[in-house]
Amino acid sequence: MIVAETKPLEQIRQMLTRHKKVLAVGCGTCVTVCSAGGAKEVGILAASLRMAAKVNSETLEVDEAMVQRQCEVEYLEPLAEKFAGYDAVLSLGCGVGVQSIAQHLPEKSVYPALNTTFMGAPTEQGVWEERCQGCGNCVLHVTGGVCPVTRCAKQLFNGPCGGTEAGHCEVDEAIPCAWQMVWERIGRLGLIDELMELQPAKDWSTSRDGGPRRIVREDLRLPPDDQNYGEDAT
Amino acid sequence: MSRAANLAEPGTGFKSDSHLERVLAGGHFAVTGEIGPPKSWDAEVIRQKASLLKGYVDGANITDNQTAIVRMSSIAAGIIVKQEGLEPVIQMTCRDRNRLAMQSDLLGAAAHGINNVLCLSGDHQSFGNHPGAKNVHDIDSLQLVQMVKGLREGHFQCDEEIKGGGPGYFIGAAANPFAEPLEWRPFRLAKKTAAGADFIQTQLVYDIPRFREYMKKVVELGVHERTAILAGVGPLKSTGMAKYMRDRVPGMSVPQECIERMADAVAGIDEGDKKARAEAWRTEGIQLCIEQIQEIRQIEGVAGVHISAIEWESAIKPLVEGAGLLPRPPMNG
Repeated sequence: MIVAETKPLEQIRQMLTRHKKVLAVGCGTCVTVCSAGGAKEVGILAASLRMAAKVNSETLEVDEAMVQRQCEVEYLEPLAEKFAGYDAVLSLGCGVGVQSIAQHLPEKSVYPALNTTFMGAPTEQGVWEERCQGCGNCVLHVTGGVCPVTRCAKQLFNGPCGGTEAGHCEVDEAIPCAWQMVWERIGRLGLIDELMELQPAKDWSTSRDGGPRRIVREDLRLPPDDQNYGEDAT
Repeated sequence: MSRAANLAEPGTGFKSDSHLERVLAGGHFAVTGEIGPPKSWDAEVIRQKASLLKGYVDGANITDNQTAIVRMSSIAAGIIVKQEGLEPVIQMTCRDRNRLAMQSDLLGAAAHGINNVLCLSGDHQSFGNHPGAKNVHDIDSLQLVQMVKGLREGHFQCDEEIKGGGPGYFIGAAANPFAEPLEWRPFRLAKKTAAGADFIQTQLVYDIPRFREYMKKVVELGVHERTAILAGVGPLKSTGMAKYMRDRVPGMSVPQECIERMADAVAGIDEGDKKARAEAWRTEGIQLCIEQIQEIRQIEGVAGVHISAIEWESAIKPLVEGAGLLPRPPMNG
C-alpha cells in the first residue's frame, strides 16, 4: 500500500492562512489502513486546526469529509456540491489523491495534509517499511523476493557493499541489509550459483527516469466518445 | 588523440599503459598508496603529498569525495599527481555520477594520461557533509567495472563504438574480506574478477588469521590467477584510533592484539606528555604495520599491498623501507 504520514500541524496552518472555510477530506483506501488519512485522522486534524485557530484568535472553519478513493474521479463527483461551499480543500489523501482533487477542482486551492512516503508494508503495529519503488522492471525473481532497488541503500544489483554489519545496513541499524537477506533466502532455495551471474546495468527508462509514466491498456479502453479520464475529465 | 587513449602497443600483451600493470606483470610485489585531495582547490597540497609517495609506491589512489565529503575532483588531482611523476589510480564511485557522466569523465581522464581506475560503490551520502544530497547509483560497482572494460574494448555502455578506439584503463575494484555475509565475500571477489577487474584492493587488514582464511578460499576458486590482489594495510596512529576502527567502522575487524600493542606503546609515558605519546604511538603503528606487510606477503595469492595512510603520507617511506620493499621498479622502465 501507499504509506504516508501527517505533516506538522504548523506547516498545515501556514498553508491555510489565506482561507476561512476549509474542507478536510480523508481517503478510505491506503492512508486509512496506515492510519494517516482515514476518518479518525481527519477528525483529529480538523479539531486540532479549529483549536489552534481559536487559541490564536483566528477565524477558521474546518469541516470533515471522507472519499472512498480520492485518486478516482467517480468517487469525487458526488461531492461536487459539498466542495462548492468551501474556500479550499485540505486533502488527507496521498499525493495521487491531492492531485486528483486539484484536477477535479480547477478553480479551488487544494492542499496536502500528508507527506506521501513510500509503497510499503506494516512490519509490526505502528511500523511500516518501504518495499517497492515502482521501477517498472521487476527483478524480484533473481533476488529471492527481496528488492535491491528499494531495500539496498546503494541500489546494488550484484551483491552487498563492504559496509554490512551484523546483518544490517551501514546507513541505519534498523535497516536490514538487503543482500544479507537475499543471500540467506537464495541459500535456503539452494540457488546460490544464480547469484554469481552478473546482473548488467539496469535500464531505468521504465522507472521515473523515463519521465512521468503512463500505462495504456487498449483491451480495457472505452470507445473515444465514452472516455472520461485524463485532462478533460473535470 | 593522446597516447593514453590508445590501447597498449600491439604485441606487448598489456591491456593498458599503466605502470602498475607492468609492475604486477613483472612479478614484483606491488605497493600502492593513497592521496586524499583537499577540501579546497589548493594544488600545492596534492604536490606535497605526491612528493612523499613518489619513489615508494607504484601507484597512488586518488579518492573520490571520500566518506561523501566534497573534495577536489579525483581526476583533477590525478592529473596533478601525474605531472609530479607519480602514477595515479583514480577512484570513481557510483554515488555521484550516472553512466553518462562517468564515461565522459573517464574519456577525459584518459586524455590526460590517466591509466588506472578503481571502481567503487561509494560511501553513503548520509555519512558526509551533504546528507541531503540525492545519490545516483545508476549502475553498481561491478557494472562500472564492466563498463570500463567495455570502454577499453572500444564501445560505450550503450554499445556504440568509440571513434578511434577505447581508453586503455587498468581496472581495479575493492573487496572487503571482513564484512558479512562472510561466506559470500570470496564469491563476490570472483564476480568482480569475472566482470573485468584486473586488480583488487582490499579493506584494511588487521585481522590476519581471518584474511588468511579468506585468501585460502580465493585461491581455491583460482581468482588470484585472474586478478592481482593487493591487501589493504594502514598504520594505526593511536589506541583510540584502533578502538574506533574496531567499534565504529562498518565491516572492519581489529584484533585485541593490535589494540594492546598500541596501548603498551604508551605505557609508562606521562598522559600529559601528548607529544611523546603521539611519537611512541606512531613508532609502534609503523612497526606493527611493517610486521603485518611482511606476514601478509607470505600469504598465497597476495600480489601486493595497498597502504592507506591518509593525512599521514610521511609514513609511507618508513613503511615501504621497513618492509624491505625498496627499491620500487622504475617508471617507464
